Amino acid sequence: MQTLLRTPLFDRHLGLGARMVPFAGWEMPVQYEGVIPEHMAVRTDAGVFDVSHMGELEVEGPRANELLQSLLSNDLGRLVDGQAQYTLMTNNSGGIIDDLIVYRLSPFRFLLIVNASNREGDFEWLKEHEIAGSDVRDVSEEYALLAVQGPRSLERLGLDEALAFTFAEDEIDGVACMINRTGYTGEQGVELMVPAEDGPELWDRVVERGAKPAGLGARDTLRLEVCYPLHGNDIGPETDAISAGLGWVCALDKEFTGAEVLRRIRQEGPQERLVAFVMEERAIPRQGMPIEGGREVTSGTHSPMLDRGIGMGYVPANRAEPQTELTIDVRGKSRRGRVVKKPIYKREASPNGGH
Amino acid sequence: MAATETYPDELRYHPEHDWARIEGDVATLGITWFAQDSLGELVHFEPPDTSATITKDASYGEVESVKAVSDLITPLSGEVVEINQKVVEAPETVNEDPYGEGWLVRIRLTNPSEAESLLDAASYRQLLEDG
Repeated sequence: MQTLLRTPLFDRHLGLGARMVPFAGWEMPVQYEGVIPEHMAVRTDAGVFDVSHMGELEVEGPRANELLQSLLSNDLGRLVDGQAQYTLMTNNSGGIIDDLIVYRLSPFRFLLIVNASNREGDFEWLKEHEIAGSDVRDVSEEYALLAVQGPRSLERLGLDEALAFTFAEDEIDGVACMINRTGYTGEQGVELMVPAEDGPELWDRVVERGAKPAGLGARDTLRLEVCYPLHGNDIGPETDAISAGLGWVCALDKEFTGAEVLRRIRQEGPQERLVAFVMEERAIPRQGMPIEGGREVTSGTHSPMLDRGIGMGYVPANRAEPQTELTIDVRGKSRRGRVVKKPIYKREASPNGGH
Repeated sequence: MAATETYPDELRYHPEHDWARIEGDVATLGITWFAQDSLGELVHFEPPDTSATITKDASYGEVESVKAVSDLITPLSGEVVEINQKVVEAPETVNEDPYGEGWLVRIRLTNPSEAESLLDAASYRQLLEDG
């Protein structure tokens, strides 16, 4: 029996009557009022998620940049202080150890915000490859992380717009925090990083300002509607970035772990591709359901915006074109779906839409 | 909006959180307030085929919320004579009115004496309290 970890906001979740579930070793809120109202709040107004379970790793030193350039797929050289980047930590066969966001704090200091389930693995991988002049530390325990997302999130927080993937130190109602213009919902928003002890106060201020508490359930439906991959479901050490449609975060003109393999896959063309699909019949695809002529559904759910079953999964490259029909085995019944262009859901053109 | 917690006295209950309203040789089936509350807002109802024969204590269909799939267990054996199309079209009807508009199927009973083994409302409430 493993003891579940609790975030600094655990008492807040209980106070709000959240339904708590185990997730990646943590006891996390899956929903408060309900997945659908929380999902809709983020699509139409603003929601707040406790994502303190995510890992924070710091890499510091005169050769920190060099270490990360050799281990991460995207080109760190394109960042200046105050900028962040979505990137992959790849293994020798081009597989994905983790997907993460790297923040350049200074030329000699970087922050990596990583998936909760991969925090230890990422840390070990970095430590194994550490070079003289680079120091890797796991600082996850020191911080709480709140994601405030939705078309009215900035207005609710009293923040001005800023470019996506930038960050700055600032404060919200007197609580000092790092304000990151990042998210996992496809909506405008921020992720707020604060010292763990200030987490509950910041949460209270954000909720008072009208952001609706939202749980992991809505986080999953939101990210799947916009086709953001979930590590462990859609991508992993056995899947490569090119097949997963993440070639755009791989700087194949530089050297990094697995780059050689990824160049070859890109040149030859992947045999399979991670596609998004929408069900044509009433049925909800779920992770692990077989796709006829392909592999399995890697993520599946009911889309609150489309009011239909949606999902992602790997299919042979010649069946990956949008509009291609596919059949999902839903507990023994064949149900028809259709490959669609990513993202599955896109906000209608709006001046202040998400990135 | 979600209904408030009730377990009507005129219904008979199965420990798997399904109810039956018995009227002569026909029974209407559904899931209890507790079941819909545990699942959360329903987004899919997978009904049996009309005229399918269903057997007491076995699965006759499924309901799904965003996060979960749940088998529907029939409290009684019978032949499916009607499916609630309103719930097929709008599964959240079950959350709004689990014993009324949110009924799931009607069956013609093949063994009406099975009803004797079901729980009355008081016993079902006791079962919930005992957890």
